[in-house]
Amino acid sequence: MKKRKKQKKKQMNMAILSVTYLFVAVFLGMMFYICHYSVTHQQELINNSYNGRQQMLIAKNVRGKIYGGGGEILAQTITDENGNEERSYPYGNLFAHTVGYSTHGRAGVEALGNYYLIHSNAPLSEKVSNDVEGIKYPGDDVYTTLDVNLQEVANHAMGIYRGAIIVSEPSTGKILAMVSKPDYDPNQIEELWDGLVKDTESGILLNRATQGLYPPGSTFKILTALEYMKENPDTYRNYQFQCGGSFTSGTDRINCYHGQSHGSVNFSSSFAKSCNASFANIGLQLDKAKFADTLEELLFNEELPLEIIHNNSHVEVNQDSTDGDMMQVSIGQGTTGMTPMHLNMITNAIANEGTLMKPYIVDRVENSTGTVIKQFSPSSYKRLISQQEAESLKELMRGVVEEGTARKLKGLSYTAAGKTGSAEYNSIKEDSHAWFTGFAPADNPQISVTIIIEGAGSGGDFAVPIARRIFDAYFETR
Amino acid sequence: MELYITEISKYVIALLMALYAYESFAVFRFREEERRGGIYTRQNLLMLAVHFSCFMVICFETGDISYLFFYIFQQIVLFATAVLFHMIYPETNRLIVNNMCMLLSIGFVILTRLSYEKAVKQFVIVAVSIAVAMVIPFFIHKLKFLKKLKWFYALAGIGALGIVLILGAYTYGSKISYSIGGITFQPSEFVKIIFVFFVASALHESTGFLDVFTTAVIAGVHVIILVVSKDLGSALIFFVVYVLMVFVATKNPLYLLAGAAGGSGAAVIAYRVFSHVQVRVQAWKDPWSEIDSAGYQITQSLFAIGSGGWFGMGLFEGTPESIPFVEADFIFSAVAEELGILFAMCMILVCISCFVMFMDISMRLHDSFYRLIAFGLGVTYIFQVFLTIGGGSKFIPLTGVTLPLISYGGSSVLTTLIMFSIIEGLCMIKEEEQEELTITKKRGKKAVIEDGPAMKKARKKRGKSRENEESDEVIE
Repeated sequence: MKKRKKQKKKQMNMAILSVTYLFVAVFLGMMFYICHYSVTHQQELINNSYNGRQQMLIAKNVRGKIYGGGGEILAQTITDENGNEERSYPYGNLFAHTVGYSTHGRAGVEALGNYYLIHSNAPLSEKVSNDVEGIKYPGDDVYTTLDVNLQEVANHAMGIYRGAIIVSEPSTGKILAMVSKPDYDPNQIEELWDGLVKDTESGILLNRATQGLYPPGSTFKILTALEYMKENPDTYRNYQFQCGGSFTSGTDRINCYHGQSHGSVNFSSSFAKSCNASFANIGLQLDKAKFADTLEELLFNEELPLEIIHNNSHVEVNQDSTDGDMMQVSIGQGTTGMTPMHLNMITNAIANEGTLMKPYIVDRVENSTGTVIKQFSPSSYKRLISQQEAESLKELMRGVVEEGTARKLKGLSYTAAGKTGSAEYNSIKEDSHAWFTGFAPADNPQISVTIIIEGAGSGGDFAVPIARRIFDAYFETR
Repeated sequence: MELYITEISKYVIALLMALYAYESFAVFRFREEERRGGIYTRQNLLMLAVHFSCFMVICFETGDISYLFFYIFQQIVLFATAVLFHMIYPETNRLIVNNMCMLLSIGFVILTRLSYEKAVKQFVIVAVSIAVAMVIPFFIHKLKFLKKLKWFYALAGIGALGIVLILGAYTYGSKISYSIGGITFQPSEFVKIIFVFFVASALHESTGFLDVFTTAVIAGVHVIILVVSKDLGSALIFFVVYVLMVFVATKNPLYLLAGAAGGSGAAVIAYRVFSHVQVRVQAWKDPWSEIDSAGYQITQSLFAIGSGGWFGMGLFEGTPESIPFVEADFIFSAVAEELGILFAMCMILVCISCFVMFMDISMRLHDSFYRLIAFGLGVTYIFQVFLTIGGGSKFIPLTGVTLPLISYGGSSVLTTLIMFSIIEGLCMIKEEEQEELTITKKRGKKAVIEDGPAMKKARKKRGKSRENEESDEVIE
């Protein structure tokens, strides 16, 4: 009898013990969740406009400065003797889209670095003396990767055209310059705001470098060529095509730029001369499912690993794509839309042996005395293409400079590689956006540029010279 | 100067709290209460230090010295509780009293920061409640007929809940309270205790299917009344407590499965039938898309939790008052914001420490009625902590229950203090049981000395039972 009771107690204790362990496990899970959530979402939570704490921090700390890579002040807050604060941008229009603005919402680095700019890690002694004087604490300063000289060159080279330029470092992902036109003077954002918002036609507030979705035109042949090489690794070098200035399949017809006939071309000269007819022919030979997979791997229809406000590129390739669709897609026309930033990222992956480094623009955060609060370092996003594929594409892009549409970059002190594009955006007129994307030096890429000039004409004539001026400026100082 | 003190004290407070949390688990290294004395003294000192540092910061931040008087009153009450409890009932467990005082002091600090008026009101309620709680261990220990009042508990529980349903006033969409003479009661809080007593008295002797079935019907009535009153949090607590108590009483995991299945079914039906359940679930799944309306509370709570960092903004440096009902349902978020995530985690650890001690006491009790009570109250406590912290941090959907001992609310704190005191009463019963056991053992030894042929048979029998006792203790 007693034994049975003992037995009963033992079983009951097992049940109690298991419930105890269950609750302890659930609590440990919840504690981990809370810690993890609060650490990973800290910035997002503070930046939410419904969070009143932001206003509290702004009232307590003077918004920090934004610096260029060489220590130039790109944005600062000036307080007059009455305590009125004004945000000043010494370079005016030059960094309009890149550094952005901080009233009427936020854009650019002002938005990216907001969390740091409104916090103050000033030393305690400084805070104490500020308390005594009754002035606000200095917010932390954000140092960017931006090169003011390159930004000026790129901005100047763009002239009166609309479009975008991105200059970056393939091996690190650092953004050195980012221009989007038309632009505005952020010093006058208060007065300009109403007009800018109403103006839907020119889209001045749009950062075309990351948000503009353009037809990629012939620059997309990088992707078509990549897919053809992937599907025919042993035979693509034997490819031959006879170009008569156009290619017809059924009722669909693709013309070469300005109807030019390229004659007999192989794989690499089709690419170098940007022969539409030949690439339409290649497009018809591709496996639609595999092509769709490749494009997805290269971040089409996907979220870009980019913290700056951006749009995602879209392309339509699937089993239902008709021959006509495939021909259009292969030469970067049709419904495809791509941001210059995305093209720059693909270019960087090719230059960096296939691995994409995450693009970044904030290099570090320092407090008012120059102590580094947070240092951002290059981080690889992932391998987009194999090293072998990167090497082959680089070779093709070298060909474009040596004997193709980007010959204006040939014979310089550095060896460049790239791809031009002339994207038709109007089915009635023959107007085209001028594209160029490329890097230099080809054997050890240090810099890449991606350029789009809206409605200028051919990439070779209008975009390549701008690339040259940027490359020149970059290598001059090194 | 002030800034130095407030900044440094942030780290000091977090460190002291971490040490306290450590001590509240270090206790479990020793089996006997006598060997834990040093730990308890250190706990008392740490508690004093945390409480003092927090109020020092409050005084500096507000520049108002009158907070100091309020602090002194609090300190006297808390210290007296810790000391007196031990003096009046030397056989009780001191960890439970210490943790209780620690959690109360955190509650005082954060309520003082949120609303001085409410903090004072809460302080008065706590002082009275402690006085009430002081006598409870005595009654639990002495009143042996408690286990025979099964039907009384059932009627009292259902009656109290039913009256609120019929006569109660709506507070924020739920019918959960009524007022007598200007004092507002929230009976569902007290009924939690009565309910545990009901289940324990119904199942402590026999656990046949019929017993389980009748209790299930009674428990179901409780839950349904609460659901109709829209007090979902309490309904969930009653349900979980019932299922787990049945599992422990019957030792049959099948009841656990049945409970889980029934609970899931009921949850699905509740989701389909009640629009307020849908609203809550929606606000949990994606509060950001309804940040203006249903998701407002939870997103404001997340802002608070996310803004403090490891060491917090410091008292009076954050804006926890932007969360609606922060002092009741979202007190955890206020603690996390101003005292830091680290402090908040340590606070959770202290709650877990209480729960583990409750379970330990439950497992050591021999009488299954008392052991079910200890278990049931422990689960009631920890599950409520889980609901409120999990709800405020978007770990689970929000149910709107208070954080015991810390949140503002008279019924809640009184109920929790009674619960803790009942456990202390059970502790005394446990000690008594153990004494009885050792007496039996000593008698056994005596028998061995007086060895004689007539005793042979009896010795054999006793020896066997002694063996069992020993093996049982090893398992413990």
